[in-house]
Amino acid sequence: MNVPLPESATERPLLEVRGLAMHFPVSEGIVLTRKIGDVKAVDGVDFDIKRGETLGLVGESGCGKTTTGRCILRLERPTAGEILFDGQDVNRMERRDLVVLRRRMQVIFQDPYSSLNPRMKVGDIISEPIKVHGVEPDARRRRDKVRDLLSVCGLDPKFADRYPHEMSGGQRQRVGIARALALDPEFIVCDEAVSALDVSIQAQVVNLLEDLRERFGLTYLFIAHDLSVVRHLCQRVAVMYLGRIVEMADSDELFDNPLHPYTQALLSAVPIPDPRVEAGREFRPTPGEVPSPINPPSGCVFHPRCPMAVEGCRQARPVLRELRPRHWVACSEVN
Amino acid sequence: MTIIAPNRVAADLIDEPTDRKRSTLDVALNFMKRQPLGSFGLLIVVVMFAAGVLAEWIAPFDPEENDFSAMMEAPNLVHWLGTDQLGRDIFSRLVFGARTALIVGFSAAFMGGIIGLVLGVSSAYFGGWFDLLFQRVLDVLMAFPLIILALAVVSVFGTGVFNVILAITIPLIPRCGRVVRASALSVREVPYVDAARALGFSHARIVLRHMVPNVIAPFLILLSAFVGQAILAEASLSYLGLGVQEPVPAWGLMLQGGAEEYATTAPWIAVFPGVAIMLTVLGISLFGDALRDAIDPKLRDR
Repeated sequence: MNVPLPESATERPLLEVRGLAMHFPVSEGIVLTRKIGDVKAVDGVDFDIKRGETLGLVGESGCGKTTTGRCILRLERPTAGEILFDGQDVNRMERRDLVVLRRRMQVIFQDPYSSLNPRMKVGDIISEPIKVHGVEPDARRRRDKVRDLLSVCGLDPKFADRYPHEMSGGQRQRVGIARALALDPEFIVCDEAVSALDVSIQAQVVNLLEDLRERFGLTYLFIAHDLSVVRHLCQRVAVMYLGRIVEMADSDELFDNPLHPYTQALLSAVPIPDPRVEAGREFRPTPGEVPSPINPPSGCVFHPRCPMAVEGCRQARPVLRELRPRHWVACSEVN
Repeated sequence: MTIIAPNRVAADLIDEPTDRKRSTLDVALNFMKRQPLGSFGLLIVVVMFAAGVLAEWIAPFDPEENDFSAMMEAPNLVHWLGTDQLGRDIFSRLVFGARTALIVGFSAAFMGGIIGLVLGVSSAYFGGWFDLLFQRVLDVLMAFPLIILALAVVSVFGTGVFNVILAITIPLIPRCGRVVRASALSVREVPYVDAARALGFSHARIVLRHMVPNVIAPFLILLSAFVGQAILAEASLSYLGLGVQEPVPAWGLMLQGGAEEYATTAPWIAVFPGVAIMLTVLGISLFGDALRDAIDPKLRDR
């Protein structure tokens, strides 16, 4: 299903994330505030994304996927860790480097209703970055470029004169994609980019993202909770739980042969589109709920809910180990 | 769930947008049909503007000229709204007073409103210590009622049209900043602001182009209320003798002086400027309300 990419093992990844942590302070009191703890939204995450690759980042709500994406985009300043984009640390960038980074790295948001400024016409939304970055100073050529971008994203160029509220969700999401493409980026963070759309529109937008990847040689970080979309679109998948990556592998390998108990639980929760199979299937929900990220469990964060947990899981925090070729698992009990 | 669509032709193409260009006349007629009260307000504002701008041509008499042969005359064919105790034509003074009210009311409301708007949105956008400091300064300014703060400013800078404008502008800033900040706080969390940041736009552009236009609806309501308040404040200051000075015609001044003394014998001296103030404030409020509905793209075509 996935197109194998020509890759050289020696090439430096486009994006390297090292020990990324984002802790949001929780404070109490109105006048005299004191810190009572941290929400450890992201707590030590490492991964690489190669040029031209799509990495899926999956996990349930609140596991820190979106925060990871926001840190990469420098919409948040992480508490610790490094994010190297093409070898440069995003967080140490000065103004001039940052302007360049903004052109090379873009984002597509989840909600097509709130990601477009309702007071601006579609054409202005897309042409604004081109104008601000001085890519195309000539107004007429800029208008042509906007029309091109709209048709590349499957919209009639006449939509340039419309306001976002005059369009459907799918059309708006295409506008969001066109805006992200306006600066010819190399890397796009798709933050739940299709999650808010109907299934039929979702398929169209996923196909559009694939086409764009081939056409412009894009690299994606695809954040999602819909596993079938991820399997279709991504070459590699990382599974997050409570701010940490628990498993990372090539897409087919991860879905066919999940090793971490959390990934297994996650995959077993995906319904099978056949009522007979689904009725006869034994479903064992994972006991308990996701613990609070303010006070995460010691050792392996999954141990209170894990069917395989042993005493050692309470103490030592498991590290990602390459148990199979290119298949990394953070679990001390799996071999 | 299947992901692969049978063909890759975008279904969104089917819905072709229609070209709709509307003439200014259409827009105006549409506004009148939809906002009858707003149109009434607009009418008052337009009449007032016309009076203020064309005062020299409309007023039949010099507003500052005394005619001692025609003092305290009741409304008649020569002096349409009568004359005051100094024999000055009330209609002419009302027309010229409209100019004063307009200059002071609009300048103060717009200056106060726009400064408050930019500060309020910036405060919400930057947050942190800037926001905290800004809020405390507003608290201090808000502790004084509008007219008291205006009096304090006038007592520092003195009277006269420009100082009256300044005196009314200052107390309006915190009143605007507070409300605007509240709406801007919710706008800051909306993804299109994040998108603007991710696109590398400057702080000024994000505040002015992406946040300010989206708090404009509450701002316009405020602004229309401010114009009314500013006109009232100017009238009050003038009435108290701390605003516009005689013999410049101003509605507040016209209520002062003889108006009280002759309230029973010559009520027209006080009634007409009073009615003028009331109608103006009402008209501006009605128009502001309608304008808010008309300016919102979501409500516009309904």
